[in-house]
Amino acid sequence: MSTSLRNNQPIVFAATAAGLLLLGTALAFYWVPNAPIEGFRQRIFYVHVPIALTAYASFAWGAWKALRLLWTRDRRYDLESYTAVHIGVIFGVLTLLTGSIWARTSWGHWWVWGSRQLVLFLVLFLFYAAYFMLRFSVDPGPRRANISAVYALFGVALIPVSFLAIRLAEDLVHPVVFTHDVQNRLTASQFTTFGICFAGMLALAGSLYVNELTGKRLDARLRELREALQ
Amino acid sequence: MTYFSDVFALARKDLLLELRSRDTLPAMLLFVVSTLVVFHFALPTDASDTAETGLLWVALLFTALLGLVRAFVAEREERVLDGLVLAPCDRSAIWLGKVIGVLAFLVAAELVALPAYGLFFQPVGWELVAAVALANIGLAAVGTLLAAMASAGRARELLLPLLFLPLVIPIVVGGVGASVTDDPGRYLAFLGLYDAVFAILSWASFEYVVTE
Amino acid sequence: MTSAEKYVTAVYLVVLAVVLLYVVLYSFKLSRLEREVSELAELAARKAERQEAA
Repeated sequence: MSTSLRNNQPIVFAATAAGLLLLGTALAFYWVPNAPIEGFRQRIFYVHVPIALTAYASFAWGAWKALRLLWTRDRRYDLESYTAVHIGVIFGVLTLLTGSIWARTSWGHWWVWGSRQLVLFLVLFLFYAAYFMLRFSVDPGPRRANISAVYALFGVALIPVSFLAIRLAEDLVHPVVFTHDVQNRLTASQFTTFGICFAGMLALAGSLYVNELTGKRLDARLRELREALQ
Repeated sequence: MTYFSDVFALARKDLLLELRSRDTLPAMLLFVVSTLVVFHFALPTDASDTAETGLLWVALLFTALLGLVRAFVAEREERVLDGLVLAPCDRSAIWLGKVIGVLAFLVAAELVALPAYGLFFQPVGWELVAAVALANIGLAAVGTLLAAMASAGRARELLLPLLFLPLVIPIVVGGVGASVTDDPGRYLAFLGLYDAVFAILSWASFEYVVTE
Repeated sequence: MTSAEKYVTAVYLVVLAVVLLYVVLYSFKLSRLEREVSELAELAARKAERQEAA
């Protein structure tokens, strides 16, 4: 990455996000035709699924940074991992909110235990919310960085295992399984719109990530400065 | 084979400590029986058998939590953990030794809990026993690692349940499923998968949790 | 507006609300950072004065 691009990371991400999301939203409302069965409601797909995928991507990014921390013992990865999890939780909450509204309009209830994605995100939300409790409870230092990193890694291991558990639980709890009527093959216009929205959400996550990371780094440096001056 | 002799030495230490002080295990036994009695009053008369099984698993989960909260207390109070970490043994041996200790406590608690459940509610089948045995491994593996994490922070008794419960949801699914459905094999296999994945993860990452 | 249109709009509004909430919370953080920098600048200035006097 050329130095000018790196120095302007916040601007690049934010501008890209703005452009892509505005374009994607416009396409989702004006260009894409109504889906055959679900109708107008289906347009929620263009905002809900990109947000969900971006949340997964953030948690994966956080786990990657956590692995780098444990591997190299380089402390800067701690803040990067923490920020990624932070952004992941924001998108996770958004997934739950948008998913709940979609459930309400599709099936009449604000919450359905039969929706695998919703339940999985609820479990993940509980898990990563506890991540913050863990960080607030342990004093800052290498120990906290290590513990947070291990926890972040456990999170990504939990994702597939939880999903399997939820699938198995369906036979137990006998809910009607709710899936949205997303056809197996998207049409060209649907796919294009989805792709632009997804790229836009990833850019938004990147923008929030860069801003949040700068803020956290500033916090840390100011704390060090304060200690040096006193 | 010094690795395994370290492991057994550590496990023996925990079990001997408990034998002498006798504080954690009696509390777990009393807790699980009390919880089962509370569940009797909490369930309406026409509660299904499956609901009762589900509540048994809840009781086992919280009894495990009770035992785990105490898992690193002794180490912390005597700063033994620092000494153990400085010792020339593999840190994961500390984890394994602890896990064996926790497993022993869990099995002891279940030797009381399952007959009590059979007495108060409904007979206990082999699937339930198999599920409990497999679940114990997962609970002990994950619980020990999380207990070590929690012991590094403040408000550790509050923190451990928060960390523990989301991670063990799959165990509840596997356990209840094996006890209740017509196809326990699938759920038992799932419990085995959970145990394998998280035991290996916990074993490998324990070192990072206790060192700087 | 049909019921479906209302819900779709609600979804986009919720996304907008959360992003705007983030902006608001971040503004608080920036003000706090600014305040801390000026405090530290003052501390540094006073330290420099003390060193000059000594």
